[in-house]
Amino acid sequence: MNWRRTWIPALWLCGVTLASIFVARAHYITDLSAFLPATPTPKQQLLVDQLRDGPASRLILVAIEQGDVGARARVSALTANRLRREPAFSSVNNGEPVTAERDREFLFQHRYLLSDAVTPARFSAAGLRAGIEDTIGELTSSGGLLLKSILPNDPTGEMLHIIDQLERTPSPATRDGVWVSPDGARALMVAQTAARGSDTDAQQRAIGSIRAAFAAAVRESSARGANNLQLKLSGPGVFAVGARTKIERAAVRLSIVSSVLVVTLLFAVYRSLPALALGLAPVASGAVIGVAAVALGFGAVHGITLGFGITLIGESVDYSIYFFVSSHRLRQNGAPASSWQRAWWPTIRLGMLTSVCGFASLLPSGFPGLAQLGLYSISGLIAAALVTRFVLPALLPGGFAIRDVTPLGTRVAGLLRPVRKLRGSVIAAAGVVLAGLAMAVLHWHQDTLWNRELAALSPVSAADQEYDAKLRSDLGAADVRDLVVVSGPTQDAVLRLAERVAQALAPLVDAKVISGFDSPANYLPSAATQESRRESLPGPTHLRESLRQATVDSAVSSERLQPFLMDVEAARHAPLVALRDLQGTSLLAGFDALILHQAIRWNALLPLHAAGVGQAVNTAWVMAALQHARLTEAQVLDLKHESDALYAGYLAEAIHLSLAGVLAILVLLSIALRSVARVARVLAPLLLAVLTVSAGLTLIGVQLTLLHLVGMLLIVAVGSNYALFFDRQASLHDGGSESLTLAALIIANASTVIGFGLLSFSQVPVLVALGTTVAPGAFLALLFAAVLAPPNPSPLEVPRA
Amino acid sequence: MRRGAPRLIVLAWLCAAGAPVPAPANTAPPAAASDLDTLMGLLAMRRHGRVEFIEQQFLAILDRPVESSGELRYDAPDRLEKRTLEPRRETLLLAGSDLTVERGGRRHGVDLRRYPEIQPFVESIRATLAGDLGALERIFHVEFSGSVTRWSLTLVPLDPQLTRTVKQVQIDGSGDQLLKVEIREADGDRSLMTLRAPAAP
Repeated sequence: MNWRRTWIPALWLCGVTLASIFVARAHYITDLSAFLPATPTPKQQLLVDQLRDGPASRLILVAIEQGDVGARARVSALTANRLRREPAFSSVNNGEPVTAERDREFLFQHRYLLSDAVTPARFSAAGLRAGIEDTIGELTSSGGLLLKSILPNDPTGEMLHIIDQLERTPSPATRDGVWVSPDGARALMVAQTAARGSDTDAQQRAIGSIRAAFAAAVRESSARGANNLQLKLSGPGVFAVGARTKIERAAVRLSIVSSVLVVTLLFAVYRSLPALALGLAPVASGAVIGVAAVALGFGAVHGITLGFGITLIGESVDYSIYFFVSSHRLRQNGAPASSWQRAWWPTIRLGMLTSVCGFASLLPSGFPGLAQLGLYSISGLIAAALVTRFVLPALLPGGFAIRDVTPLGTRVAGLLRPVRKLRGSVIAAAGVVLAGLAMAVLHWHQDTLWNRELAALSPVSAADQEYDAKLRSDLGAADVRDLVVVSGPTQDAVLRLAERVAQALAPLVDAKVISGFDSPANYLPSAATQESRRESLPGPTHLRESLRQATVDSAVSSERLQPFLMDVEAARHAPLVALRDLQGTSLLAGFDALILHQAIRWNALLPLHAAGVGQAVNTAWVMAALQHARLTEAQVLDLKHESDALYAGYLAEAIHLSLAGVLAILVLLSIALRSVARVARVLAPLLLAVLTVSAGLTLIGVQLTLLHLVGMLLIVAVGSNYALFFDRQASLHDGGSESLTLAALIIANASTVIGFGLLSFSQVPVLVALGTTVAPGAFLALLFAAVLAPPNPSPLEVPRA
Repeated sequence: MRRGAPRLIVLAWLCAAGAPVPAPANTAPPAAASDLDTLMGLLAMRRHGRVEFIEQQFLAILDRPVESSGELRYDAPDRLEKRTLEPRRETLLLAGSDLTVERGGRRHGVDLRRYPEIQPFVESIRATLAGDLGALERIFHVEFSGSVTRWSLTLVPLDPQLTRTVKQVQIDGSGDQLLKVEIREADGDRSLMTLRAPAAP
């Protein structure tokens, strides 16, 4: 005994300390990769890259509301002006022409290498004639004033052509010089961060900068009503930061509140501070070891594991409740403390193993978040159970005593008595009817039962998502949903591929299948393309002669076009355009956003613009066009479809794995209980609870998500303890013991319902899903287990021995 | 990665184009005020208008004028739409201070107040159609000649900055109908827009 009293606590302390070191040194991830596949297919990898670092992930949508139109425009301009000076933003666009001067210089200087109209035919006499006639026609347009000043240098209109080439997307409406929503009620701005979208810290700083710039702009603005202006932000980075803050805040606040409530409850029961401290030892050890196990097993711990993990092993608080209540009882009866191990431990152990079977079904999930939660729960629960079994008895002080809780159990037993007097067949029939009703409800809603959109897991509220969608539609086609992605070993290689894709897509633009697309090659053509364009430019003698022929009878005489001859000659000897030439232009941001460089791989992105606002891109046509051009290496990525498909895959996988978990539990119980009737009696209340809760949630209009499924696993995990205790009770022939069992279960159940009930009031949808499933489910599991428990052979009112 | 409507570059550029030209001496004799007021009252009564136009541009770099045609629509008080149908389809819409260019299914907007240099091109026509003498006189020195039945307005920008692009606008009309708008640019180029009631369908 002495050995046990010293060595076991010492070993425990060593283990917990070691685990704490792992916890302290672990790498924590707060981005959304918990929701992304661990071993992605190439296409999924593209999706992951996009969601984490793609151009869309770096956009912050800014809206300025309230006040009057003038004040909004002025503050929009002032805010944008401040943000443009910050290196944290690679571009800030609110509709103002800002980098125009530098952009113009760049485009004009390099027009013969940038324009995709530059071919040898363009510089033949016929080509020149067509180009010049076209440009003369353009003189009547709004661009005429520009054209007439550059016509002597650019009679073929390459400059206007490049401008048209770059502006494939429709712009939002403009009021007072800045972008506004169609109803004019909001001024709009799009800021692109220099940092990746997955860098939540950088996103948070960027959001802070925008808020600060807006506040300063409001102060600076002398416009009346500027003080009423409201700044609203949206976009993936804003959501990620908001979600992190919300989850952190919710996790901290709910943990504190539920800890206080559970501790108060336990203290009210135990009336002993040492008991309270000891009672929390298993769950605390489980939490530390759970995190350490995840850190060791996965290399890094996801924020959600940390956030939800502790709720998943809340069951381990119950272990110490069972231990204290029963050891107290046994000691009152004069039995040695060790007899607890014989009487109660096997039941706790079986309950723990049942839970482990349930959670083990999460382990093989391709969804790293779920797999981590599985490992965390399994290691946490085993650790907590072992601490309860070996450490608590060793630490228990000599005169240890908690309040006698038997009267509580007796009172509850009294409440149950009328039900218990019913015939077994009546209860069974009621159970069957309830299960039938629940299944009917679930069957009735089977098409809408599960939410198959990834957004369902999003911690972003529906209102925020709706606002985001509104801003995106206000901004026109700014929503990047469909992309063509090409990969290659060098930047130039992907630019060449992008150019081939652009050629393949051009007919789709003409056919209005898509309204257009962006390509990094529009900003920086590949070296090969630039070279071939440069080679298209004829020598001076040849060009002079062609021009002479082209301008016979033309409205413009070749004498006026001498600057053109000089510019072409200069272009023939100019070096190719390189990335550094883009410095200082707004084009650099455009290029950067469409090129992803990762280790040895370069990706070029060609976002597709739907034919109309709110319309989807017909990706089948796009794929057909690419296939026709033999561009088999190009991938078409529908971000929303892919991410929803990914999530639907997780969901289907999780459902299958959960069923496998239930099967494993069935096998485990069959081996342990060796009786079909007993197994049925243990499982019936659990399944009934799960069915009732699912049907209840469906009836109030909730669509089930992955987190509801995890909640159902928890109902089975926690509820199995209740059912097993009732099962054990039935074999003990001890009425007084039943009161005690009931008391222990009610205390344990109250702590679970408190903990999860609180989650239901959180602002975070995933926490709400967990809370609204487990709180009622755990209560129902206890109720059903109590009602369905086999009749006790001895009368309930037998006085305690 | 939305690009800032590059066509705005066009407008930014044209603002830089053209050499400053000294403002013409303000030697106009006092206008026949009563006739001008009568004309403006007459024009202000027209709330809507739709005419066809043919515009000829005489440019120094071209040996012969380029011609375009289309439709001009006006809705009181401040909406002016110029739809060019030939040779290139394009719509210019001026509403309040917002100028929107729409062509090839794409649309771009600018704030007129940011580009005061464009003002003479559009405000001369709009303010005349509106019969808004105040608006005209904010930008131009206004000279009236002829009679209400056959009138001519000569508009010279007051601000020397504006004369960098437009030297003079002359609008001829008859009653509440505009017949001709001639814009003389600082660089010697000019455009002549001839207006007529749309042919009966």
